[in-house]
Amino acid sequence: MTPRGTVDNELDERRVDKLISVERAPVIEPGHSFGSVTDKITSIVLRRGTPLWWLGGIAITFGMLQLLLLACTLLFFKGVGVWGINIPIGWGFAIINFVWWIGIGHAGTLISAILALLKQSWRNSINRFAEAMTLFAVMCAGLFPVLHTGRPWLAYWLFPYPSSMGTWPQFRSPLVWDVFAVSTYATVSALFWYVGLVPDLATMRDTARHPVPRFIYGMLAMGWRGSARHWKRYETAYILLAGLSTPLVLSVHTVVSFDFAISILPGWHTTIFPPYFVAGAIYCGFAMVLFLAIPIRALYGLEDLITMRHLINSGKVMLATGLIVAYGYGMEAFAAFYSGNKYERYMWLNRAWLGPYWWSYWALLATNIFTPQILWIRKVRQSPFMLFLVSCVILVGMWLERFVIVVTSLHRDFLPSSWGFYKPTSIDWATFVGTLGLFFTLMFLFLRVVPAISIFEVRTLLPEAKVSKGGDAHLMSSADL
Amino acid sequence: MSHAPVNNDSIYGMLAEFDTPIELTEAAEKAYAAGFRHMDAYSPFPIEEVSEAIGFHRSRLPMIVLAGGLLGMLGGFALQYWVSALEYPLNIGGRPMASWPAFIVPAYECTILAASLSAVVGMFALNGLPQPYHPLFNIMDFERVTRDKFYLCIESNDEQYDASNTRKFLEDMRPNHVWEVPY
Repeated sequence: MTPRGTVDNELDERRVDKLISVERAPVIEPGHSFGSVTDKITSIVLRRGTPLWWLGGIAITFGMLQLLLLACTLLFFKGVGVWGINIPIGWGFAIINFVWWIGIGHAGTLISAILALLKQSWRNSINRFAEAMTLFAVMCAGLFPVLHTGRPWLAYWLFPYPSSMGTWPQFRSPLVWDVFAVSTYATVSALFWYVGLVPDLATMRDTARHPVPRFIYGMLAMGWRGSARHWKRYETAYILLAGLSTPLVLSVHTVVSFDFAISILPGWHTTIFPPYFVAGAIYCGFAMVLFLAIPIRALYGLEDLITMRHLINSGKVMLATGLIVAYGYGMEAFAAFYSGNKYERYMWLNRAWLGPYWWSYWALLATNIFTPQILWIRKVRQSPFMLFLVSCVILVGMWLERFVIVVTSLHRDFLPSSWGFYKPTSIDWATFVGTLGLFFTLMFLFLRVVPAISIFEVRTLLPEAKVSKGGDAHLMSSADL
Repeated sequence: MSHAPVNNDSIYGMLAEFDTPIELTEAAEKAYAAGFRHMDAYSPFPIEEVSEAIGFHRSRLPMIVLAGGLLGMLGGFALQYWVSALEYPLNIGGRPMASWPAFIVPAYECTILAASLSAVVGMFALNGLPQPYHPLFNIMDFERVTRDKFYLCIESNDEQYDASNTRKFLEDMRPNHVWEVPY
């Protein structure tokens, strides 16, 4: 080997070392203490005041929220006819948006529950706002089926209660399963979020100077005082909640996919739906996590707490779940032909080629399958800007996926006499944009009044938090129960 | 917070402040070895070794959650069976009324809902929360327990508690401060 070659090799090795060290970036940058992480996170709410970008942002999203108010008012007066839905396409935007929003919520639960069970400590600085994202996304999701009932003031009929009508819900229907799955999911997500907040609310109580926030945070903190006995039960409850949320989150999107898969409609009636819906939900949810985390860390200067490690790992999760989704699309196409069923085959050909919605299928493949493949490139995973762009593309792609599933399957019925065409109205769009407004308004409020990063869990990431060598001070394993 | 005049009958305990979780764990271990049982440690984040050191090994919470989950499952299934087979049977093409596979999904969700509610309610109830007032809050510096300090409190209802000896015992472990906590 020539000397020149050796120099090149050394340079290459150095470059590789540098690349690897970025890939293994620390979960929290060095130089922090228990006090400094506390100050840094609480100051966002208590000391720094209201930034201008926050006011500007909430002004826009609150304006979008007003669109929801207008659209709903019109809907309540006139009925679902103000939407573009008509037989044979009875589902339209309401169900597309429902599935999209609930899928976004799932990454929050994945981060808080599944990664907690797997002892992935990098989750600790992003789980709080990911859980908030879950909660707000489920609120937006829940609106749509209720509005879609046409008489939302009677939505409580969905629940089993002894009514004067003497009727009961049909428990063999996936739509009733959905009521149970989504309402349980909303409740458990709220519980999980609140339980995770209690020790930090106590920190806020003790850090706030003004008596009014002290009182409010004090009431919400329930008198938390960090007792070792309390912590032990707290950790037990938290890990049990994580263990319960994990099957829950998988079941919720499975049940959502049953809404389609239990029917006999070509394009819906397939066994691949549950796993590929769950993977798609996590895919889309991580895209939303990055879509929120990248601006938040830049605007609040939180790069030392939400490090490149978080962004890179999220990028990898998106790549992996995106491939599962690609497999799902592939299997749909394969099964359409392998089944030998002419309706299945026609459905797929119509979806991709013959029908009026062919463009949506190819737009879906472009946004959801082809574009995210650039995440294979390490430089893309290490660039917050590129990750942000890919996340935006995936969010659009996953919305298109639900559009393709709902609309292209419905618009060609078995008989050509019952074929139709679906075109969303301005009220459809106003409702969707309105829920975006609701989601982001709630996110802005959350950032302003609650610590956006779990303070006590970040404290456990500091080296001085370790008591025994090699021991993990936080989150005992389920075997310890 | 007011510091009321103190007499020996109105003392909650003796509180010592430490800087690190390691000092707290060692102090708790020493106190347990010295025979103290009515004591508690306070920290800004969970430290498993400390709850072990004060002799708190097991919580009843997992059993409460198991019971809650089982009740939820049975309740959810019973509701569906009763509604679908007994109270409001719908004969659609002669299919069976007690179609239990269809009932699995809501019963499963009810299991998780009831288990989660019992985990949260059970945890707060066993912890005695919400509790807006606690004698430890009389110590102004104690608010750093939610920030960066670690505390050990030996309570006055311990058999070995003695104002001067317990104070000396704690001071031997070189804490930042020792306070007598009034009720």
